Amino acid sequence: MKPVNQKAWLMVLPVLLCVAFSAVLPLMTVVNYSVQDILSPTQKVFVGLEWFREVMQDPDLHGALLRQLIFSACVLLLQVPLGIAVALAMPAQGWRASLTLVLLALPLLVPWNVVGTVWQIFAREDIGLMGQLLARAGFDYNYASDANDAWGTVLLMDVWHWTPLVSLLCYAGLRAIPEAYYQAARIDGASKLAVFRHIQLPKLRGVLLIAVLLRLMDSFMIYTEPFVLTGGGPGNSTTFLSQYLTQKAVGQFDLGPAAAFSLVYFLIILVMCFVLFNFLKAAEAPADATKGNAP
Amino acid sequence: MARIELVDVGHAYGGAAKAGTETRWALRPMTMTWRDGGAYALLGPSGCGKTTLLNLISGLLTPTQGRILFDGKDITQLGPRERNIAQVFQFPVLYDTMTVFDNLAFPLRNRGWKEAAVRTRVSEVAELLDLAGDLKRRARGLPPDAQQKISLGRGLVRTDVAAVLLDEPLTVIDPHLKWLLRRKLKQIHQQLKVSLIYVTHDQVEALTFAEEVVVMNHGEVLQVGTPQALYEAPEHTFVGHFIGSPGMNFLPCQLGANEVRMSDVTLPMDAEWLARAAAAGTEYQLGFRPDAAEVLAAPIASAAGAAWQPARVQAFQPMGTHSLLQLGFGGSSVWVRAAAAFQPAGDHVWLRPLPAKLALFADQRLVPRGAGEMLAVANSAAAGTSASGAAP
Repeated sequence: MKPVNQKAWLMVLPVLLCVAFSAVLPLMTVVNYSVQDILSPTQKVFVGLEWFREVMQDPDLHGALLRQLIFSACVLLLQVPLGIAVALAMPAQGWRASLTLVLLALPLLVPWNVVGTVWQIFAREDIGLMGQLLARAGFDYNYASDANDAWGTVLLMDVWHWTPLVSLLCYAGLRAIPEAYYQAARIDGASKLAVFRHIQLPKLRGVLLIAVLLRLMDSFMIYTEPFVLTGGGPGNSTTFLSQYLTQKAVGQFDLGPAAAFSLVYFLIILVMCFVLFNFLKAAEAPADATKGNAP
Repeated sequence: MARIELVDVGHAYGGAAKAGTETRWALRPMTMTWRDGGAYALLGPSGCGKTTLLNLISGLLTPTQGRILFDGKDITQLGPRERNIAQVFQFPVLYDTMTVFDNLAFPLRNRGWKEAAVRTRVSEVAELLDLAGDLKRRARGLPPDAQQKISLGRGLVRTDVAAVLLDEPLTVIDPHLKWLLRRKLKQIHQQLKVSLIYVTHDQVEALTFAEEVVVMNHGEVLQVGTPQALYEAPEHTFVGHFIGSPGMNFLPCQLGANEVRMSDVTLPMDAEWLARAAAAGTEYQLGFRPDAAEVLAAPIASAAGAAWQPARVQAFQPMGTHSLLQLGFGGSSVWVRAAAAFQPAGDHVWLRPLPAKLALFADQRLVPRGAGEMLAVANSAAAGTSASGAAP
C-alpha cells in the first residue's frame, strides 16, 4: 500500500471552509427551521416532523409538483428534438457557421428576468408583436387570463431561451464525427435518414445525455421567467415548484413549512441527479468495456 | 469490375483559378489508365495527393477538370453510390450500434436487396474474411483488425464493385496482424480478380503488395511501374530517392563532350547521351544505386585501374548480410553496399560505379540512354550528332 500523505488535508481545508460557510451552514439553518415552530426570535418550539407532514399533504404542493413534472417533460420533448434539428441544419464552416453560432448563443446571454420581461411585452395582446399578430389572425389569445395561453407562452419562452443550449451541444458533437464516417456512408449508398440514424444519433448520445440532464435540472428549478411573465397565474396555473416555495417562504412567511419543503425539493433534485447520472454512466459503460476487450 | 481511365484529370480544392492567379493543384492534371483486375499501390509521402486521387476515383470528390471513365463510360459527374466503388479508410469505420452482420448488410439493404439474398451474400463475404463466427456480435466490441476487415467486407459484399480502394488501411493494425491482413488482401484479389488500389506511404508495403506501383509527389504522378522497374530505372530523382533503403545516390555534375565531371571526379560517358541530357534541362545529376558500384579496400594496379576513384570513408555500418559505407565521392556523400566481409583499410577506399548502371538526370528527370547502346559508355565516336531534344 502506498503511504498516505495526511498533509493533503491541509490543502483542501480552505475549500472545505468555503463550502461549509456557503453551503453546509445555510443548509443546516434550513434544517433547523424545518423542525421548529418559530413564534418570535426568543420563542421557538420543537415540532419534529410536523411541518413535513403538513407540506406533503398540501394540495397546492401536489398541484405545483404535477405542473412541474408536466412542464419538464414538455421542455425535454420539445427542446431536444428541436435542438438536434437546428444543429443538423447549421452550416459546418465559414462565416455562416460563425454567424449562426453567435445568433444562437444570444438568448443564452440575456439575463433571465430580462427574458421574462421581453416575452411579457412581446406576447401582450394589446401592444406586443406576437399578441397583436395572434389577435389579428383571429385567435382569442391572452396569456394573462387564459391558463392554456399562459402555459403555451411560458413553454414557448423556455424553448426560445434554452433550445440553443441543446443545439450548441449537438453542434459540437456533430463536428466531432470524423469525415470518414460520412464518406463511408456515401460509398455504402446510405440515405440521409440512415446517416442520421446509424451515424449521427449514436455519436451524439454522449452530448444528448448531458443536454437532457442539464435541461431537466434547469427546468425543474425554473423560477424567474414565469414569475416575471405571469407571476404564476392566472390562478395557480403556471406556479411551479420553486415559485410555490417562494410564496410559502417570502409571501406567507411560513418559514417552517417552507424550510421543510426546501429539503424535500432538494432531495427530489438530488435523487433525480443521482438516477440520471447513473443512467448516463451505464450508457457509457459498454463503450469502455469494448475498449478493454481490444488488444 | 472495370477498367478505369483518367483523362486529363486534375483537382484543386479551391476550385479552378480565377484570372490572374495560379491554380493550386492538389492533383496536377494527369492521364492514366488502371487495368481491370490490377493490384496497384499508390505510394508517396504525406500530402502528395494520394488520397485526393483516390477520392476522385471513388466519387467523393468531383475533379476540377478532366473526365473519368469506367470501361469507357463517362462517370465524372456520378456520386460514389452510382459508381459502385468500395473504399476502406485509414481508421475502421463502423456503424456502432449494429452487429457485424448488419454492418456487412448495410450497403446491400441501402440498395434494396431482398433479405434472403442479403443473408446469402453476407455469409459468403464473412466466410472469405474469416468473420463468420462474429456475425452476431456488436461490431464496436471487436479488435481493430477485425473492424478493418468489416470495413473491407462492406466494400466486397456488393457483387458489382468496379474497384476496391484502400486508403492506408493498415495504419492502426499491429505489425504481425498487418502481415496477415495484407496476405488476406492478396488472396482476395486472386480469388475475386477485383481491381485494388492501395494507398500507402510505406515503400515495403507498396512493393510487396502491388503488381504495379504509382509513385506520387507534390500532386504529380512521377512513375508507374513494377517494383523492379522503380528500383532499377527510376524516372525521377524523387523515385530513386524514395524507393530503396538507402535510396539512390545523386551527384550534381557538369556535362562535358565525352564525360561528366563532379568536382574532382570525371567519368567517361556516351556523347550522344550527354547531348540529349544537355537538351533536356539545365541542371544535371548522376545517379547510381548503392549496390551499383564496386569498392576495394586498396588500389589495384591494373589496366582497369584508371576507373577506380579514391573515396573518403565517412561511415561504415556492418549489416550482417552486407555492409554499408558512406563515402565522400565527387563532392557529395554517397552510400555504397559492400560484401559483409568488407573492411576498409584506412580512411580511403577505391570506388567504381558500374558504368552500365549509371543513370543521368536532367532537371530531376531521367535521361534515357540511347536505344540499343545500353553498354556503350566510354567510347562513342558519334560525337556531336544532332541532339533532337526528344527526351522528356
